[in-house]
Amino acid sequence: MDFSIALILLQDGIVNGAIYALLGMALVLAFAVTRVIFIPQGEFVAFGALTLALLTSGQVPGTAYLLPVLGLIVLVLEVGRALRSGSWSAMPGIVVGCVALPLLLLWLVRGYAGPNTSVWVDMLLTLLLVVPMGPMIYRIVYSPLAEASVLVLLIVSVAVHFALVGLGLIVFGAEGWRAPTFIDGQVNLGFMTWSAQSLFAVVVCALLIVALWFFFSKTLYGRALRATAVNRRGARLVGISTAVSGGLTFTLAAAIGAVSGILIAPITTVYYDTGFLVGLKGFVAGIIGGLISYPVAAAGALLVGILESFSSFWASAYKEVIVFTLIIPVLVWRSFNHRSTDDEE
Amino acid sequence: MSAMKKDPHATPAACCPPKGRFSPWGGPAVKNRIALLVFLAVLVGLPLAPATPEFWLTELNYIGLAALVAMGLMLLTGVAGLTSFGQAAFVGLGAYTTAYLTTQYGVSPWLGLVVGLVLTGVVSWLLGLITLRLSGHYLPLGTIAWGLSLYYLFGNIQALGEHNGIPGIVPISFFGISLLKGRYMFFLIWACVLLAAWASSNLLDSRPGRAIRALKNGAHMAESMGVNTASYKIVIFVWAALLAGLSGWLYAHMERTVSPSPFSLSVGIEYLFMVVVGGSSSVWGALLGAAFILVVKDQLQNLLPLILHSQSNFELIGFGILMILMLQYASNGLWPLVSGWWARLGNGGSRRGGAAPAQAPALPHRARPQAGQQVLEVAGLRKEFGGLVAVNDISFGMRAGEIMGLIGPNGAGKSTTFNLVSGVIPATRGEVRFLGESINGLSARSIATRGVGRTFQHVQLLPTMSVLENVALGAHQRNHVGVLAGALHTDRAREAQLLHEAALQLQRVGLGDYLYEQAGNLALGQQRILEIARALACDPVLLLLDEPAAGLRYKEKQELAQVLEQLRDEGLSILLVEHDMDFVMRLTNHLVVMDFGTKLAEGPPAEVRENPVVLQAYLGGIDDDLPESLRGAEA
Repeated sequence: MDFSIALILLQDGIVNGAIYALLGMALVLAFAVTRVIFIPQGEFVAFGALTLALLTSGQVPGTAYLLPVLGLIVLVLEVGRALRSGSWSAMPGIVVGCVALPLLLLWLVRGYAGPNTSVWVDMLLTLLLVVPMGPMIYRIVYSPLAEASVLVLLIVSVAVHFALVGLGLIVFGAEGWRAPTFIDGQVNLGFMTWSAQSLFAVVVCALLIVALWFFFSKTLYGRALRATAVNRRGARLVGISTAVSGGLTFTLAAAIGAVSGILIAPITTVYYDTGFLVGLKGFVAGIIGGLISYPVAAAGALLVGILESFSSFWASAYKEVIVFTLIIPVLVWRSFNHRSTDDEE
Repeated sequence: MSAMKKDPHATPAACCPPKGRFSPWGGPAVKNRIALLVFLAVLVGLPLAPATPEFWLTELNYIGLAALVAMGLMLLTGVAGLTSFGQAAFVGLGAYTTAYLTTQYGVSPWLGLVVGLVLTGVVSWLLGLITLRLSGHYLPLGTIAWGLSLYYLFGNIQALGEHNGIPGIVPISFFGISLLKGRYMFFLIWACVLLAAWASSNLLDSRPGRAIRALKNGAHMAESMGVNTASYKIVIFVWAALLAGLSGWLYAHMERTVSPSPFSLSVGIEYLFMVVVGGSSSVWGALLGAAFILVVKDQLQNLLPLILHSQSNFELIGFGILMILMLQYASNGLWPLVSGWWARLGNGGSRRGGAAPAQAPALPHRARPQAGQQVLEVAGLRKEFGGLVAVNDISFGMRAGEIMGLIGPNGAGKSTTFNLVSGVIPATRGEVRFLGESINGLSARSIATRGVGRTFQHVQLLPTMSVLENVALGAHQRNHVGVLAGALHTDRAREAQLLHEAALQLQRVGLGDYLYEQAGNLALGQQRILEIARALACDPVLLLLDEPAAGLRYKEKQELAQVLEQLRDEGLSILLVEHDMDFVMRLTNHLVVMDFGTKLAEGPPAEVRENPVVLQAYLGGIDDDLPESLRGAEA
């Protein structure tokens, strides 16, 4: 291996690592606030990437149909809840947010989809189609189980992952898609040149990470989420509702997933089930950060990305083995350093 | 509560034959035996009847293979509380080993079985050694990691045929009969399943089984009873892996080809679903779960393409949705529903009031120290939690045949002192000597095996186990039954000794009528008494009782006091934390008073009662009408 190959590998590693860092942060966030180990995070990546790829190729993506369906399920559940509790005040908002808007969006997308659309509008539509699925899934699946143990929530997450992969297969089909690059050219950084597309991905990831940091340390909602992460019962006592913070968290997690999908769509071919492994690697990063610390998770993600790109050069068949075996010593080290008291829940 | 017996060696209902022991095969025995026989008859009859369609047998073969894995996982996850997503990788290890050996070297499949099991055992032992240290949710994540790693290894090693796998595996032959046909293979598979079910049930119903059942919710407690929880975790992990490896061996010779995909992470997840669906604490639940999941998956594979007009594997969605609904609405699984219905059929006989276990030779007793000999010496014991000094350089001593009270207001550091002495938490500094030997830094387990028995301030029982079994856990360290002996039921004589001892201790403390009651059904006061019986079953020299009288009625307290006095007369030393002053004053020979982690006073009860510093701590000041001499002492 010579220096230039090493630079290319490093570059690949950093791009992947930046995406893993973003996903790792979303996983840390979801776990800290809701105790959900959000395995289906990867499906949001795939949904985001495939929705964008289909829109840019002039087709109506299946997610446009999926969203109103999920919204209808939420509506049914909410009607059931309202019948039991007798409180109908939230209903208009739910009808508008979960059914009317998704249907409007479906109508818009059907009218809009076609050749030569603007890639930036496509991206906006992708976010509008994929992100609301996060809070909807929280409402349908997790909020009835808000008090369950971490383990039950983990198994449920795996079940959600199965269901979403299956849905992905229905709405996108089994073939892989790749979006066209939306920024052309190379950027000369002096010691190396970098494709503008990958540089864009890294910059967006970095900006998002800073934005998230700002959100959590400076805004009221961010602080509310942090309070929930530290002590759920205490947060509830001062008026921060578990349902609201859960919904907000899943909105953020879905948004991060969708953005990651948009960023990788032009770089790699994405299939309906690609998300799982991508999500799991974000996960490895999150675990390196102990599911608690954001900066350490980000550093872990870069490590995973770089390790992955170098091992795919030296021993490409064993790439996954190397990445997933890395997690075990890290986990052992983690469990030694942190005397957990949660094993008796 | 009945009157407590004076004589600890009184024979507990020795006239009656042994019956009514806990049985994981469930409820009233006769009805269950009939159900089991019907099940076996159907199982044997199906392949013998020529009318049985071949695909039924194939389906049943797959159910049997999955049930083997699910049974191991049920023990690991449902009973011991250790979640694994990676069992499919062990199935693969068993399958690939025999596939490689029989195709490359032409060895007998039976040798393939032995090597496969040894290899699976070694690999799982090593993985267990590493990953079982992980606590909480780290463990399942660790299993995902090695599950994926092993799967990718299978798919990338050239000698194992990479993603194409290994074809052309010979069928098993059994005394010259080739098990090529599914009908013949059926017998071997289901013989393995039934053997595994039998051995697993036996294991649960034995000394190691009780320790394993304590892992999920009572690991700290079990350590204080002398149970080596770390090694039992590995034992049950290897057990589950071996069952998976066995299933892999059968699979390889039934399919006669192996490839990586049946050993992937998602199949491992499917096994976990089987356990969740079946209900996670019974071998029959695992069987039911395996059957349910495979049948539903099959039906979904048949139905969904008809509805959705496509041939892709959409059953994933149905599967995921089913699991979500299951966890939301029936998180205990199907087996409790079935067995509850079955128990209500006919006579739902209660186990309460069943005869006590049969007379058995007494367990060996520890040598007790001479009366008056120094048993416990605490010198300068200190515990800091960050900046908080919970126990501040406490010193005291105890002699054999003495009851010592440790009293003080709430938050005085009494329970922390207990935990320091019994090794549950390490001391910041200071020394604890037990029978002249320094026990500083020893684990709770090794302190327990030296003869320190204890109860807990917050009752720590295994609520779904019977009262008798809870107490038998206390006698864990007094004899030895290995996992194999437990699984093959060659331990019955030793098991009888343990149960007999447990019954004796329960009768002594007055719980003789509740032997087969679920411990969780007892009133709180009775649960505390149960903890005392459990501590006594350890055959302790020193007994640490943390608020034993809390929640007891007046008469029960009187009875408890009698029992403790009698124990003292037998030469036991008892250290007592208690808030009921009448109880403490009546019983103790010696008192230590603590406040804010510091020792305030020490001496005979009568003396301490008059001590003005103590009164200050308890009552916040001295009454004006106290004698002049005491007020002087305060100044």
